[in-house]
Amino acid sequence: MTRHAVTGILLDEQVYYSLKDVCHVCGCQTEWVVALVEQGVLHPTGGARQTWQFPGSSLHTAMKARRLQRDLDLNLSSIALVLDLLEEIESLRARLDMLGAFTGVHSSPGVERNSQFSTR
Amino acid sequence: MRYKDYYKIMGLERDASQEDIKKAYRRLARKYHPDVSDSPDAEQLFKDLGEAYAVLKDPEKRAAYDELGANWKAGQEFKPPPGWDAGFEFSGRGFDAGDPDAFSDFFEGLFGGARRHGFAGGRTRFDASGQDHHAKVLINVEDAYRGASRSISLRTPEVDSSGHVVNRTRQLNVRIPKGVRKGQRIRLAGQGAPGIGNGRAGDLYLDVDFEAHALYRVDGKDVYLDLPLTPWEAALGATIKVPTPAGPVDLKVPAGTRGGKKLRLSNRGIPGNPPGHLYVIAQLTVPPADTEKAKELFNKMRDELPYNPRKHFEG
Repeated sequence: MTRHAVTGILLDEQVYYSLKDVCHVCGCQTEWVVALVEQGVLHPTGGARQTWQFPGSSLHTAMKARRLQRDLDLNLSSIALVLDLLEEIESLRARLDMLGAFTGVHSSPGVERNSQFSTR
Repeated sequence: MRYKDYYKIMGLERDASQEDIKKAYRRLARKYHPDVSDSPDAEQLFKDLGEAYAVLKDPEKRAAYDELGANWKAGQEFKPPPGWDAGFEFSGRGFDAGDPDAFSDFFEGLFGGARRHGFAGGRTRFDASGQDHHAKVLINVEDAYRGASRSISLRTPEVDSSGHVVNRTRQLNVRIPKGVRKGQRIRLAGQGAPGIGNGRAGDLYLDVDFEAHALYRVDGKDVYLDLPLTPWEAALGATIKVPTPAGPVDLKVPAGTRGGKKLRLSNRGIPGNPPGHLYVIAQLTVPPADTEKAKELFNKMRDELPYNPRKHFEG
């Protein structure tokens, strides 16, 4: 039983992976990752393929793309479209959460039923 | 083990054609895919679907499954009749080598025989990487400011001495680094399922999510706090002690603050390089006019303050 705390790597924009690393970690072929870059799904920095640097969040995107291909039999452009739409849904949801909180208990009591008004 | 109704899982009649099965699978796979669906059960539904499809799409397995009869109910206690699979031969790999966790005991009981031999037999040794595991960790805003540790229960399939796959639960204590944001992932290399043979162990990925907080809302690395104000604090200005996830600060509210105004506390959001900001949102509240004194004061304001908040209604 492991009781001591283990430390992982936070996959944020401070961590970078080479093309080889991405392939190794995600268990996929070089051509597949290159194709994702060509589709604009992954955005490495650093010019040439040998010096590409993928930000940490690319790992998750690449694995998600691979699952979509494997499970739903999607081609590359469909994968790119699905990933874009998912990202948009996620940001809309986050915004909705924020708005929901803004119209919460103490900011506004919401629409009052039976408000008294006359149209005269 | 419990009986699984593969037809019901796929929403099909027992006489469905192979074409119907394929169509139903594609439709449901899009619906339940854990990367696409927001249903909390998506993962289980997708797993069940995959298992049902693995059986029904394969004429040999389907015939064997149909042989069990149509009178079973999903979830009913089930034992395969002795020798039931004699006469059926299951070819091909019916499972994902790296993921002994993938299919249910029911599937294992029916179709898993070949696989167990594969594990136990020392001759046909093969190497496969262990499966990656994913888990969600819930933290609160304060944890993102200070860092934290969380204990996570993981189910790891292991092969016991008799060659059977058993699930073992282990606890892993994981450090959550300071500065983590909602939706970020932590990778723990080698903490996934063990590899087979000389295969490397899989990795563990933790999805970080924030618990809803009574005071703070989080947007990326920025944090928001609603600050209720009295009309006189908003009109005259005030210095107010405001809580922040890193401890209270004195905030100067300028005179003439309107409801909804955002006051920015630079770099007091979630720590990082650069750190986020903390936004305090002014909310005007009106004291109740429930005493004679309060009524008198409101009446006085009405009579003495020439204030019309609806000027813009008048063309």
